[in-house]
Amino acid sequence: MNKDLALVVKNLSVTLGEQKIIENLSFEVERGETLVVLGPNGAGKTTLLRALLGIIPYEGEILWRVENKSYLPPTELLQRREILPLTVEDFYGLKGVAKQAAQDSLRSVGLEDGVYKKKMAHLSTGQFQRLSIAWALVDKPDTLLFDEPTSGIDIGGAETIYSLLHEFWKKYNLTIILVTHDLSVVWEHADNVLCLNKQGVCYGVPKKALTTKNLRQLYGVGVKYYQHKNL
Amino acid sequence: MIGEKLFLAILMTASIGAAAGYLGTLMLSKRMSLVGGPLGHLTLPGITLALIYGFDVSIGAFLMLVFAILLIWLFEKRTKLPLETLTAVVFSSCVAVAFLFLPSEEIETALIGDISQLSPVTAFLSVLFSATVFLIIRIIYKKMVFLAVSEDLAKSEGISPDKYNLIYLFAVALVVGLGIRIVGSLLTAAIVSIPAATSRNLSNNMNQYAYGGAIAGGLASVLGIVMYQLFTVPAGLAIILTSAGFFLLSAALKRT
Repeated sequence: MNKDLALVVKNLSVTLGEQKIIENLSFEVERGETLVVLGPNGAGKTTLLRALLGIIPYEGEILWRVENKSYLPPTELLQRREILPLTVEDFYGLKGVAKQAAQDSLRSVGLEDGVYKKKMAHLSTGQFQRLSIAWALVDKPDTLLFDEPTSGIDIGGAETIYSLLHEFWKKYNLTIILVTHDLSVVWEHADNVLCLNKQGVCYGVPKKALTTKNLRQLYGVGVKYYQHKNL
Repeated sequence: MIGEKLFLAILMTASIGAAAGYLGTLMLSKRMSLVGGPLGHLTLPGITLALIYGFDVSIGAFLMLVFAILLIWLFEKRTKLPLETLTAVVFSSCVAVAFLFLPSEEIETALIGDISQLSPVTAFLSVLFSATVFLIIRIIYKKMVFLAVSEDLAKSEGISPDKYNLIYLFAVALVVGLGIRIVGSLLTAAIVSIPAATSRNLSNNMNQYAYGGAIAGGLASVLGIVMYQLFTVPAGLAIILTSAGFFLLSAALKRT
């Protein structure tokens, strides 16, 4: 079988301090695929992304076949923007992005040029979400790694993020690895799902992988998911 | 015409104040403004030795700082206690040891600084070191801000926190070593924290903030020296009170 793979992970284990966070995990991601990593809090989802990015030590094999990756942590972790008088221009400047490229990227997510000079702390939640997508995409990456991009924001805001992501995924044939604990994201956006609770609980096409048994194993007793018929 | 001594004092304090203010803006971004206090206290044994044996206080302070940081690091490895606790243990011990040996007539100099015996060589070296620190901070500034915004994000862009934190801590040690010359070991936190806070109140972007810290620090130092000349108050106190005055003004002008 000749798959056009973006990422191959074999027997990945991550230990932080004395604690084993991820054990013996294997999966693959094809180019242009959207893989949703699903699991409860503390399951090792963020640790997995950090290992994939190579910013923490791990055992096993992580083989990237794409060069240009972009990562975005949960929006709530960018709260430090409140301490500093960081403007949107400064934020792009951290990556060394020139004014024209930054303004083009802002326009691509529907933000006006005036936003460029605004302080990050003065942006509305919606503007900030759009900005984070634009910022992650400004280097024209092949692959996006998003960690809980909608944590701490309302349903409307989450919709904005996912519809923008979907738009760029179609336009640029992006490979997306998206971490979430939100089941509905899987049905709407995932080609494949990886259920993680320290070990891989299930992996594959959502319809096959997300069985009631697997979901119980993932989230505990009593969890079921009913797929909306109109999706 | 201003005298040579006054000119040297202005030159030296302005450059140290500007470097400290510039660094302070980074320290604020890492919520480390108060660290200047304990670090200043750590230098007391070094200052005491310098005053007893007649060598430069900044050299004594800097060597003591390196020794104390090494001591804290070793204790941390051995005891696994939090760095904050170990810093408290080491800095309070340093203060106690220093006061055992500090000659009573030198206490004021050690605690709040003294620039009255300033030589051209000392002033020149202070300006040179301040300029070096300024340059070092300028080189690492953007990377440090990136790390402050999100360490994971910065790491994913290939920035090594260990490398930049080490350079940053070296810059902090240098600024504290230089700072005790003008404000003594008691008040080093002031020269890094107050100009940064003033600049934060008035700035609209990172460039204004960073260089605003340097300007606020440098200007407070120059006006502090003028006050020191006019009212014969200790220079260190005059600089800090001027800086505090700037902060009050910035707080009044800040648009909420």
